[in-house]
Amino acid sequence: MTQIVVLVAQRLALGLLTLFVVSLIIFLGVELLPGDLAEAILGQAATPETVAAFRRELMLDLPAHERYVKWLVDMVQGDMGRSLANKREISELIGGRLGNTMFLASLAAVISVPLAVTLGVLAALYRNTLFDRFVNVVTLSSISFPEFFVAYILILFLAVKISVFPSISNIYDELTFLEKLYRSALPAFTLTLVVVAHMMRMTRAAIINLLASPFIEMAHLKGLSRSRIIVMHALPNALGPIINVIVINLAYLVVGVVVVEVVFVYPGLGQLLVDSVSKRDIPVVQASSLIFAGTYILLNLTADVLSILSNPRLMHPK
Amino acid sequence: MRFWKLLKKSPWSARFGFLVIFFYVFLAVFAPVLTPYSESQIVGAEYEPWGEGFLLGTDNLGRDMATRLIYGARNTIGIAFITTCLAFFVGILFGFLASTLGGWVDQILARIVDVMMAIPSLIFALMILTIVGTSIPALILVIGILDSTRVFRLARAVSMNIVVMEYIEVTRLRGEGLWWVMRREVLPNALAPLVAEFGLRFCFVFLTLAALSFLGIGVQPPTADWGSMVRDNATLISFGDITPLLPAGSIALLTVGVNFVVDWFLHLTSGLKE
Repeated sequence: MTQIVVLVAQRLALGLLTLFVVSLIIFLGVELLPGDLAEAILGQAATPETVAAFRRELMLDLPAHERYVKWLVDMVQGDMGRSLANKREISELIGGRLGNTMFLASLAAVISVPLAVTLGVLAALYRNTLFDRFVNVVTLSSISFPEFFVAYILILFLAVKISVFPSISNIYDELTFLEKLYRSALPAFTLTLVVVAHMMRMTRAAIINLLASPFIEMAHLKGLSRSRIIVMHALPNALGPIINVIVINLAYLVVGVVVVEVVFVYPGLGQLLVDSVSKRDIPVVQASSLIFAGTYILLNLTADVLSILSNPRLMHPK
Repeated sequence: MRFWKLLKKSPWSARFGFLVIFFYVFLAVFAPVLTPYSESQIVGAEYEPWGEGFLLGTDNLGRDMATRLIYGARNTIGIAFITTCLAFFVGILFGFLASTLGGWVDQILARIVDVMMAIPSLIFALMILTIVGTSIPALILVIGILDSTRVFRLARAVSMNIVVMEYIEVTRLRGEGLWWVMRREVLPNALAPLVAEFGLRFCFVFLTLAALSFLGIGVQPPTADWGSMVRDNATLISFGDITPLLPAGSIALLTVGVNFVVDWFLHLTSGLKE
């Protein structure tokens, strides 16, 4: 048991270190700018007075390490500073949008995870049949599609040719849950199509890997049916790698959401990030990158810890 | 000749993949000869329908869609190819250095790469491009270096098994330098998995670049690029016109083709029968 505690503690420590380094990179990236932020934003035409005022406002006259500590402490306490573009509090800009993004990502997860596992089990059960080949080609192709291609095809067929769903996801707080669900349907389907393929292929591979094991042969010799062997004997033992790939794909969902949000004009954090990048609104970019990167790292960390915990060899050391 | 023999036995998916790749390379190389207009020339009204003169209609500024599609092959594939080469050069160089030198060099490089891989690359690219501004060299450099981390991992893992071989020891005893060992002894023996990875990485880089251009942060106008062409003409979709899907479809077709070839190549080198 102590072995596991040590392993998990190591992973957690490494994760925290990574978070720290990422925050450092996000912060110091701006320092790499030739000249400084004030000159870059205000441009050549700015008078020395406006540059000086701008620097005071962003506290650019303090040394970098002091600014970093202050920025990080403020960030953790939820005070993210003000946007350069419209002077609004960043926490206010981000608040509702973060909720919307999480709503969309979890909706996609709720659809895609059961779907991927079911398809994976079916493909393993009927391996090397026409069904398996078909699923294989379809998933290999859908991995290769850019997200916006999938998104626009869905819009073309489900919003324009037959108007079942709205092509623009206008979400706001006053909507009822069902209404929100309806309006987020197309972006959620797009994300589902993007992540299902990878999860399904891993599920299939993890199960097929096990089929040569002695305990599966034993189950065969006992005369169990194929479906019973796969669902009751192989699947539980393949759960480790499957959980791992599911969590990694959830992490991908949180990030992949950026492009999909832009296509459907979905008011989420990704949309805000892209808008701020094109406006070069650096404080907002820093804050939203930190949130995205933090979530991504935490989910990947969860995947690592879960795969340690679900490894029976580690749970029962000799 | 050996290649032809292999190709004859290859499945239809791999043949299809090769066909697609050759077709795209042909378009990219001969773009100026094949197109009736130049890349950013305005030749008609906005959003003209398909027909005489404009095979696939015109775009949001009245430029010929077919011309831009073909030039797009040149720009988009060219940039993605250069980026992938950069990622491979950097990744293989540091990967081999880590495994050949070992010790603290290996430890430090591996830790740095662990941290870099923990950062989602699209977000990281967005952030860095905000700071340095978008230009094609910046784009190539940022994506190339972010992606080199994955190549590093593979190159290091593969060459780890090679540097412990006797023939490497012999080379070292003969007094050859580090560069010779890496280039003449390690590289040729690590080539097969790296070639397969090149295809996969190319697809990944290609999709990342397309996503960035689609978001308006990649290749800047008036350069024809498939990602930004989708973005510029997306409004047509709400009228049921499929023109904006063509550049997106071109991206999808190429990545599918490359994936099919890589899949076949991996199958060949792994020696699996099933």
